[in-house]
Amino acid sequence: MQQLAITGGSEKPLLSLHDINMTFGGVKALKNVSFDVRPGEVHCLAGENGCGKSTLIKIITGVYRPADGASIDYDGETYSHMSPVTAQDRGIQVIWQDLALFPEMSVAENIAFQTVLGRWPKLVDYGRMRKIATDALERLGITLDVDLPLKEYAIAQRQIVAIARALVGEAKLVFMDEPTASLTQSETDHLLDIVRGLSASGVAVVFVSHRLAEVLEISSRITVLRDGALVGVYPAAGMTQSRITELMTGKTFDQQVRAKSRPDQPVVLEVKGLSRPGQFDDISLTVQRGETLGITGLLGAGRTELAQTLFGMLQPATGTITLEGKPVHFSSNRDAIKAGVAYLSEDRLSLGLIQPQSIADNLVISSLGKIVSGGFLSDERKRKLVAGWIADLGVKIGLQSDAISTLSGGNQQRIAIAKWLATDPKLLILDAPTVGVDVGARAGIFDIVAKLAETGLAIILISDEVPEVYFNADRVLHMAQGRIVGSYDPRSVPLAEIEGAVYA
Amino acid sequence: MTSFSERLKAWFGPEMAGPGLALVAVILVFGLASPQFLSAATFGSVAFQLPELGLLTLAMLLPILTGGLNLAVTFTANIAGLTLAWVLQANGGADAGAGAFALGCILAVMVGAASGVVMGLVIAFTRAHPILVSLSMMIFLRGLGEFLTRGGDVSGFPAFIGPLGHGSIAGIPIPLIVFIGCVLAWHLLLTRTKLGFNTYMIGSNLEATRYSGINTRKVIVLVYTLSGAMCAVAGIIMLARFNSVRIGHGESYLLITVLACFLGGVNPFGGFGRVIPVFVALVVLQLLSSGLNLIGANQHLATAVWGLLLVGVMVLRFAASKFKISFVRKGT
Repeated sequence: MQQLAITGGSEKPLLSLHDINMTFGGVKALKNVSFDVRPGEVHCLAGENGCGKSTLIKIITGVYRPADGASIDYDGETYSHMSPVTAQDRGIQVIWQDLALFPEMSVAENIAFQTVLGRWPKLVDYGRMRKIATDALERLGITLDVDLPLKEYAIAQRQIVAIARALVGEAKLVFMDEPTASLTQSETDHLLDIVRGLSASGVAVVFVSHRLAEVLEISSRITVLRDGALVGVYPAAGMTQSRITELMTGKTFDQQVRAKSRPDQPVVLEVKGLSRPGQFDDISLTVQRGETLGITGLLGAGRTELAQTLFGMLQPATGTITLEGKPVHFSSNRDAIKAGVAYLSEDRLSLGLIQPQSIADNLVISSLGKIVSGGFLSDERKRKLVAGWIADLGVKIGLQSDAISTLSGGNQQRIAIAKWLATDPKLLILDAPTVGVDVGARAGIFDIVAKLAETGLAIILISDEVPEVYFNADRVLHMAQGRIVGSYDPRSVPLAEIEGAVYA
Repeated sequence: MTSFSERLKAWFGPEMAGPGLALVAVILVFGLASPQFLSAATFGSVAFQLPELGLLTLAMLLPILTGGLNLAVTFTANIAGLTLAWVLQANGGADAGAGAFALGCILAVMVGAASGVVMGLVIAFTRAHPILVSLSMMIFLRGLGEFLTRGGDVSGFPAFIGPLGHGSIAGIPIPLIVFIGCVLAWHLLLTRTKLGFNTYMIGSNLEATRYSGINTRKVIVLVYTLSGAMCAVAGIIMLARFNSVRIGHGESYLLITVLACFLGGVNPFGGFGRVIPVFVALVVLQLLSSGLNLIGANQHLATAVWGLLLVGVMVLRFAASKFKISFVRKGT
């Protein structure tokens, strides 16, 4: 095991864990992990899914009890394990990814309900609740109507409500689990400001995020876990995204621009002046055979709506779509699929795959015609078709009849891609194909995409992560507020320039 | 070790465990309690009672697999039965010919299917909850039936219809033959056709199915149409068995069809469930009531025991899934 001593950390840590072991049914989730947080610092906990981050947080907050021999030093006291009540009383708060809020209740109730629980008499003092809530929001520099039900507010404001609730508990140490996962860039920036404010007021924040750019921006130190073991603790200064990725996965990825110039190939898709009021406006673009066109832009730029229009799920108000020279009008996605358009949804959990159903059924659902034999579906044909794709795309599965939800994000995404390839598409639209896919598995997905392009498939790659389209597309379009505002060639433009334009 | 149980599992699916065990238990308990239980008489009574409830259960099964429900099954069956009855009466009542009977059956199935089409269209296009839509249809059909028949019986059918309810071919009751035919048709539909495949997918996630390029509205309309048509088959068999039609016939079967589906391992939220385990579950329910009858218990007690059995199966299933999880965890 590799341990790095951080110099200059003379300050006494607020929290310090040693010899943390945790076993679930024979599987070691954590192996001799140690971890420390200094008062008022922003500390990032990084690692792939399943590396033990959540388990570690749950041990610190008393949800799990570590194996004997563990020691938890927190704010002057030593514990062999925490309990949820102790953790909370001593100012340790967690903001889970799902926020654990009550959408039907008011903002004030959401922020202050813990303070009215467990006191005698157990009556609700709404006046005090509102005051506590307003004060907490004020500390964050935010104004919300504390009487409105929480569901009236967007996810970004709910996040703030969750933070305010943590502050009410006189937090000294706040854990944030993927707090920016569903925020736009400007909302993220705002949240990061709030985190800096917390840190400046002496609250230590442990930040868990997949988005390495913001990890580097916000944190002072980074603890990396891999497979339940500590890889090391590193100062954020001087770190790069690719270095963190290497540490998290134990593999090296040297990302290279894959863009190529191609001899003139026939145009597969031509879009002219396509508009849908309020969603996108005057979009024109072309994609050639074997070309990968990247589209990036912030959340709400109209990317997904454009993709869904090309896939026939939405109908354009004006403009034309031409596929292999023929103008097309899709009245539903069935027309689009028949014409050779495939769309990998950005929402794999609820739209892309049918989670409870089997791997095999998810793979064949869009190409049932191929497994019909003598008028009936043939299990034999299904099995062969599925086996073929699983081998082609290198998917790791148990049984074909296992539920797709048993697979990892990366393997699920491969099945989702196979499902569309089985329809023999001419144009494949990939909308955020790496959402919920581990860093290590992302490269594998893009290797597949590159191979597909080689076979002549036209690909549109949509992502709000600029590096993804930059390294994997032949051309990059920048969409903002429903319009295409920039077009870049990754071979001649540096990544920073596109990022600057997109995140401006 | 794996081979036999694995092969059984592959053949019958995991849903078979509950009803299969219940079947064995019922046969053992009553076989020991009463020497007459394992006899041709028991078989005969089960064979004649099974089809009515069974056909209605098949009609309930398809909507449940899509995550819906068809609460109008019994009244659809009787409205279809009434259709046949009127065609027969209009063609001479007791003297009506085979042609009138055939025409009446076709019209009955069409009426049943029409009730399903309407429900399917409303559910597919307005996204109204199937419980509300089918409840409305149920109340409409009951009111319509009571209005048209003044709440009374319609009877006076030609004699050749009797065997459809009471007759046997080669010792096998004709209603049972019809029912088994329908079971096989449903089994084929669900395991080997696109419609069946899509029924399961919609039951698990309608939106994801639509994104996959399936015409989900068409599937839903077809599912309710087939459900309505299957009700009509039940209505025709009921007409032949009772030699009369009344709008309230078999009303108490409604919720039992739902329970039979659940006993047969059908997921109450849709997406999972097979025909054969449901068939076995129906046999268990009938054996139970025949067995209780045989040892001299009150008929109402049989219904109560059905309820207890279902609760027991739910608890066992829960326990089994817990056991499986802890077993798997220890295994890895």
